[in-house]
Amino acid sequence: MLMLNAKPTVKSTLKALLYLAPFLIITGTFTVWPLIHAFLMSTYTHYNYYTNKVSALGWGNFSTLWHDPNFHLACHNTFLLVVIVMPATVALSLLIALGLNRSRRVAGFFRAIYFLPFVTSTVAVGLVWNWLFRLDGGLVNHFLGLFGVKAIDWLNDPHYALAALMVVCVWQGLGVNIILFLAGLNNINQRYEVIATIDGANPWQRFTNVTWPLLMPITVLIVVNTSITNFKVFDQVYALFQGSAGPDNADLTLMYYLYQKFYMENQFTVAAASGVVLFLVVGVLTMLTVAYYQHRQHQLGGD
Amino acid sequence: MRHHLVTVIRNGLLTLGAILMLVPFGWMLITSLQPAATTLSVPTTWLPRTLQWVNYLHVWQAAPFARYCLNSLLVTAVTTLGQLVTSILAAFAFTHLQFYGRRALFGLLIALMLVPGELLLIPNFVTLAQFHWINTYAALIVPWLASIFMVIALRQAFQSPPATLYIAAHLDGANDWQYLWHVLVPTTRPIITAVALLQVIASWNAFMWPLIVTNSQRLRPLPVGLITFTTEQGANYPLLMAATVCVILPLLLLYLGLQKYLVMGITTPHSKG
Repeated sequence: MLMLNAKPTVKSTLKALLYLAPFLIITGTFTVWPLIHAFLMSTYTHYNYYTNKVSALGWGNFSTLWHDPNFHLACHNTFLLVVIVMPATVALSLLIALGLNRSRRVAGFFRAIYFLPFVTSTVAVGLVWNWLFRLDGGLVNHFLGLFGVKAIDWLNDPHYALAALMVVCVWQGLGVNIILFLAGLNNINQRYEVIATIDGANPWQRFTNVTWPLLMPITVLIVVNTSITNFKVFDQVYALFQGSAGPDNADLTLMYYLYQKFYMENQFTVAAASGVVLFLVVGVLTMLTVAYYQHRQHQLGGD
Repeated sequence: MRHHLVTVIRNGLLTLGAILMLVPFGWMLITSLQPAATTLSVPTTWLPRTLQWVNYLHVWQAAPFARYCLNSLLVTAVTTLGQLVTSILAAFAFTHLQFYGRRALFGLLIALMLVPGELLLIPNFVTLAQFHWINTYAALIVPWLASIFMVIALRQAFQSPPATLYIAAHLDGANDWQYLWHVLVPTTRPIITAVALLQVIASWNAFMWPLIVTNSQRLRPLPVGLITFTTEQGANYPLLMAATVCVILPLLLLYLGLQKYLVMGITTPHSKG
């Protein structure tokens, strides 16, 4: 082979650097530096961002978060959102993917429909849902009325505002997961199912003993992806409540809290600290997944 | 016979689900054609007697949507093309050039890809403020000109053509630069289209970043323009929904045309999992 297996030299390194330069400059300035800066900022307790002057350091920002009831509320809401939306989205998308996998003839058409929300602007879709959820004239109440349910003020009643947000998140999250599940199902060798059928397994046994274990890797990926997405919900809240966090902050999420502190209250360093907390949560989740895959590969005897 | 019944039930449920997915889009379209007075009356009139296409005209007159649209087009096009250039060059270096620290650098990229972009929001804002770039097109475009995801996806794609292709091109007198743009890029075009399409969707729909770094009408892209339009119009839903259709429609058409690439773009990075 010509260049592919050659040892690197100073000359070839310089040449590669020319190819890498645009990418490295942008990534260094807008990914690597801000990553360090974010951690530094979270420890600045007296900071003027415009002159970039830091006059005091400490854990003050984190203790502010610790004592802020709104931060607790944001954690609580985000936690509820993840714990309810993630399983609902994963279960529904698995069911739909299993259905589509059986009806291959119509699968393309249905997949296109289920995937539509992924392509559309979250803000635009949030606005449509704002209209669907309205007390007077909203389609959701109109529909529930057909079953004798009394009209609910979804967007102004603190008891229901989070539920409304959850519906939007599930609706939006289905498409990607269905596509990933379908890809996972496609990779399963048809022979396993045929053998199980010959052995007399009924459809439920085939699912629990053959399909489900083989789908495990992609399922872990989907669970983590969906959790991370729902930890970072912001656009939906902004559009549903048109620039507020819902009645009594009922839909205050961690990202919305960060935005409030940063953009509305100009408390850059507190916001940075809340960003660090969000990062740690998401980071731990990601590390666990990576560990899972390494453990699995190890079990399978390495790649 | 039993098998047939199961199929019917399954397809019935899938259809019901698909209808539920489509309801918001349908309702948006119907509302956008209602005369302004009818939408808040209970019970709702399902179909307006006369379709009010004039709502769309009113939207374009009530807010500078043409400007928002141009901004979105400009930002999306420049960001996507810029990302393609930086990523193609970097992916080529990772697959075809030898340099010190190649493995370490790639490992660093994988680790960086796991960092949520939201953490970088505030420090990047501070950086842009120091550059005096707040409220410029540069703020909307430059920070997004490199994509780690795209480099990783393209690196995988650039590994697929056989090495003999590279050798043959060299024997024919092509240098690396010519090989990259005349052979490698054309042969991996489907993957390039797929990752570009994902970026077009992300750029077109971006909301939080443009909301934070712009505060003038001149620079706003469509989603931010739509939200400001909402605060001005209040509960005039027919106009709001007409505006929403304008934001959603371009990508919807693009999606229907290029659906298979989108599916490929989502599934390729995980296909080795």
